Formats: sequence, structure tokens, C-alpha cells
Amino acid sequence: MDAFLGQVFTGLSVGSVLILIALGLTFTFGQMNVINMAHGEFIMAGAYTAFVLQDLIGTDTSLVVALPVAFVIAGTLGLLLELVLVRRLYGRPLDTLLVTWGVSLMLQQLARDIFGAPNVQVRAPGWLGGSLHLAGATLSYSRIFIIGLVVVSVVGIWVFLTRLPQGARMRAVMQNRQLASCSGLKTHSIDRLTFFIGSGLAGIAGVALTLLGSTGPTLGTNYIVDAFLVVVVGGLGQLRGAVIAAVALGLLNAFVEFSTEASIARVAVFVAIVAFLQFRPQGLFVMKSRALT
Amino acid sequence: MTALAVPKLGTLTPWKRRGIFLAIGLVLVVVAPAMLSGFRLALLGKYLCFAIIAIGIDLAWGYGGMLTIGHGLFFGMGGYCMGMLLKLQEAGPGKLPDFMVWSGVEKLPALWKPFGSPVFALSAAILVPMAVAAALGALIFRRRVRGAYLAILSQALAAAFAILLIGQQGVTGGTNGLTNVTTFMGYDLNDPVNQRSVYLLIAVCLGIMYLLARQIVESRYGRVLMAVRDREDRVRFLGYNPTTVKVIAFAISAGMAGLAGALFVPVVGIISPALVGIVPSIEMVIWVALGGRGTLVGAVLGALVVNYAKTTLSEAYPAGWLYLQGLLFVVVMAFAPKGVAGIAKVLKERFGGRKVPPQPVSHQPAEAAEPAT
Repeated sequence: MDAFLGQVFTGLSVGSVLILIALGLTFTFGQMNVINMAHGEFIMAGAYTAFVLQDLIGTDTSLVVALPVAFVIAGTLGLLLELVLVRRLYGRPLDTLLVTWGVSLMLQQLARDIFGAPNVQVRAPGWLGGSLHLAGATLSYSRIFIIGLVVVSVVGIWVFLTRLPQGARMRAVMQNRQLASCSGLKTHSIDRLTFFIGSGLAGIAGVALTLLGSTGPTLGTNYIVDAFLVVVVGGLGQLRGAVIAAVALGLLNAFVEFSTEASIARVAVFVAIVAFLQFRPQGLFVMKSRALT
Repeated sequence: MTALAVPKLGTLTPWKRRGIFLAIGLVLVVVAPAMLSGFRLALLGKYLCFAIIAIGIDLAWGYGGMLTIGHGLFFGMGGYCMGMLLKLQEAGPGKLPDFMVWSGVEKLPALWKPFGSPVFALSAAILVPMAVAAALGALIFRRRVRGAYLAILSQALAAAFAILLIGQQGVTGGTNGLTNVTTFMGYDLNDPVNQRSVYLLIAVCLGIMYLLARQIVESRYGRVLMAVRDREDRVRFLGYNPTTVKVIAFAISAGMAGLAGALFVPVVGIISPALVGIVPSIEMVIWVALGGRGTLVGAVLGALVVNYAKTTLSEAYPAGWLYLQGLLFVVVMAFAPKGVAGIAKVLKERFGGRKVPPQPVSHQPAEAAEPAT
């Protein structure tokens, strides 16, 4: 029972970080048809932000300060990417994949030049040191903090999307770009906003990841593939889909890994996803559309 | 993706094309082995293996519109099939390959058993990637999932395969892979004569694969494949089944990568997970992108040039190469999506004496026309 609970907990915490990463991807993919491989490097930027801040202002407060700062830094990087490159590539999703991968290569090398190739460690603040004992399982405070952080972020995004005018505009462009444009929305500035928020979320995910392991130039690449699978399973531009798919993927991974081993878990999860697509090729949730294909 | 024009076959007469093909073949088969040192020749052999992969990717991506980031996987499968055969041959009958002894494996794993037979191993090197690609392609294309999902799923599969290889230390040699391959079908690979034979084998295979791809592209099937790339719905409405068309091209493409993997092992002497995962898979795509997708010559040239640049530059400036590689991706894809071959064509049209009539603007492919739903 305690081992079971432990696995559920591990799966949940990994899955919740995936939610943050996948949300940005699913919005940019769903709204602009952009496959952003550099998203992983925004995670890395967030993680390095936490690393830099801990030396500047000390570990006790740095984590909390790092969250908004990482959001802004990663978001700005995303905005720059949109302004300089992605803008030219709308309507060519496969090309955006390759271009942004090139960007991600350069950002990784930049991180290597600035912070060095070896991984760096972000020390968790003292108040996250211990762990909670519940029904025989050990739940570390840092993982609980991550889950809480993600819950807050997801609720925040949900409120933004459903209650605020900017969010309503974002949904409008996501559902039907032409119609939104006809109705007088400046779709381009909304695209930029989406890119900023999506990338910013990746930055927050990066800060959260510093609590789970060390930070290195290739931090993002380890998560980006899983995050894309979450997008595929959850459905494009779907908040609900991303949340459910990410948690499911995290849990599935944790359990298969628990019963066999990590390397087989990856293959098993992949097979499960391809099988799932046979039943729901568009993912869990689909935006209704009369468009062909 | 921008629609690529159907290649015009009228610019060169068939005899001229055959002449050029023969001339290049002659350079590769006769001149290069005579001029280059053993080390340089092995490097060229490696590049030619990569050129075979590039032809395959070009078939799938350039002509079929299927962007695959999983060709490292197919390449690796071919490579491992060959590597297992060569390690078994090297160990001798009834003995275990060296790395298994090191990692404490006592009995030959069941997976390895059939690979003692050269016929089985060589056919597996090509057929296993084809089967995996056909299965993956059929499952994805059958349900008409978005085109971009193939890229995401194939990349996930390549990553999973690389992790599987690393995890199964006793069976696959783990992170190191299968190393120290020193014999090929009983011939000593340290002997320059045998090295040259392996090189010639690769060059001949590249030639055959090029001709095969040429035939496919110019056949009726090739036309349908390009039509599927540009406007899949319309092809479906005309009564073709796009799934079959795409699966065939994807499987052939994977088979070529498998063949390249099998040829790669004797010339380089190693196959490891580092050659299999996402990073090498995307690198393979950039060769084709740089050379010019949708032109076979462009794909081959792209593979040769990028790899030559990589060897030369990454030795001198390791960090600089990574920046340059990223920059290459960005510049080529964002500003010259048809690659060097496309640039050459534009220059020819602008400055060449003969006026080429403007190409009719092809309709946007399904993906671009589709509103962001």
C-alpha cells in the first residue's frame, strides 16, 4: 500500500510538471500550428534563473522570487522567438519544428558557454527540506510544493481563459482564426500573448524541476518529447486534455517503471499512446470544426 | 509546408543525366579510392552511408510530405542487426561477444541466436526497419491523424529505442553499444584492401539506392505520392488510398536507413545509442533540408557537405559547430526552405540564358490551408 501510494505520488509530481510544460506547447500548437522544439530551452532558462537567483539573494527566498522572474524571462525569450522567426513560418508546422530545433541547439550551447557543461545544483530552501509521512508513504515537501504550484498555475490559466477578455480572445483565435480576425481581433498580438504565456509557463516548470534534480544545458530535451506526447493525447489547445493526459502519462510511466524498469516503460508508454490514437486520433478532447481532416 | 513543384525532368536530356551519373560514379568508385588515404576513404564511406539515409528521408519527406524524426531508429536497427552478426562472427561459434562477458552474461540471449546467420542478419537489417515503419505508418496514417503527429511520434519512438538500448546492457552493450568490430564476413577490417572493398560496396549500394529512388519518383506511384503530399484529400477523392501510398514510401525510406546502418558498422566499427536517438535523427533531416528536399541529388549532396563540414569544423571548433548547426537549421528552413538545390534553381532562372516558364502556383497543401482549429 505504501509503495503504491509512493508511486502514485511520484507519478503525480512528474505529471504535474508535464502539465506546465505541455500547456504552453498545446496552446502554441493549437492556436498557431507551431511545433516549438525550443520550448525545452525555456524550461532550462527557468531552471538557470533559479540557479542564478539563489546566489544573488540566498536560498530561503530565491525559489519564490524565481517563479515570477522565470516566467518573465522565459516568456520574453518566447516572445523574441515569435517576433524574429516563428512569425515568418505560420502555416508551415513542420518547418517550425526544424527551425525551433535549430534555435534550441544554439540556446543549449549558449547555456553551456555561460554556465559550463556540467550540471549545476539548485539547493532547495530549508522550509522544503522535510517530508510528510502519510499512511506509511513518504511524501517529500518539495514534491508537494510542486503539485501545489501546478494546481495554482492551472487554476490561474483556467480563470484567465474563461473569465478575462484576453483569455476569451485567445480562445476565439484558437477556435477559428479567420472568424476571429473578421470580428476585429488583432490575431497577431493575441498570438504573441499566447507565446509569452506559454513560454512563461515553461519557465515556471523549469524552476519546479530544480527541486527534482540537477540543472544542465540539456534539461529541456529530456522533457520536451513527453510534453509533446501529452499534447498529442490531450488534444490540441485543450487545457483539460493537457491536464488529464499529463497526469495519466506521469502515472502510467511511474507504474510501468515500478513493475518492470525504466527503459521498458518508455516503449510501453509509447505503444499505449499509439494504441490510444487508434480510438481517438484527435486526442482526448477535440475542438469541433467542420474543416476537412 | 510550402508546396514543392514537381521536379521538371526536361532540363537535362536522359543521356546527359546518365552521363553525369556515370561520371560521379566513376569519381567515387575509381578516383576516390586511388587518391585518398585509408582514413579519409573510411570517412567518405561513412558519408556515403549517410547519403543513403538522406535519399530515404527525401523520399518520405521531400516527395511524400512525411517529416520523420525517427530515422535514427531505423538506421540503428540496421546497424544493430549487422553489429550482432559481426560480433558473433568475431567471437566464433559457441562463444559470447566480448561485452557480454564483461557484463556477466553467461548464455547467448535468445534475441541474438538467429543473428549468427549472415542471410538472416542482412535481411533483418533491411526488413526489420521496414516492418516497424510500416506498422507505425499504418497505425498513424490509417486514422488520419495530423501530419505533424508523425514527427512527434517518430521522435518519441527514436528516444524510447535509444533508452531501451541503454537500459538493456547485457543484450545491447548499453551506452557503449557494439564496439570494436574488426572483421566483416571473416575478412580483417584492418587490412586496407578489405577496407577498400567495404567502401566500394557502400558506393555501389548508394548508386543502386539512388537509381531505385529515381525510378520510384518518376513512376506513376511517385506522382501519386507527390499528389498526396500536396493535397491529400483530393487524392482520396480521386479514389486512391493515401494510407497505402504513404506507408509504402515510409517503409522504403526506413529500409534504406536500415541498409545504411548495416553498411555503417563495418566502415566505422561501432554502433551505439548515441547514433540512434533524437539528435542524430534530426541531424539526418537537416542534411536533406540543406541540400534541398524534393531533389534526390540535393539530398545526397546535403548529406556529404554537412558531414564534411561537421568533421572539419567540429574538430577545430567544437562549440562553434553547434552554433553553426543551429544557425544552418534556422537560416535554411526559415529563408530557403528548398535548400541549396532551390537556391540554385532560383539563380538559374534569374541569370540563366534560357527562360524557364513560371511554375504554376500550386495550391496550399492541406496542412497550410487548414485553419488553426
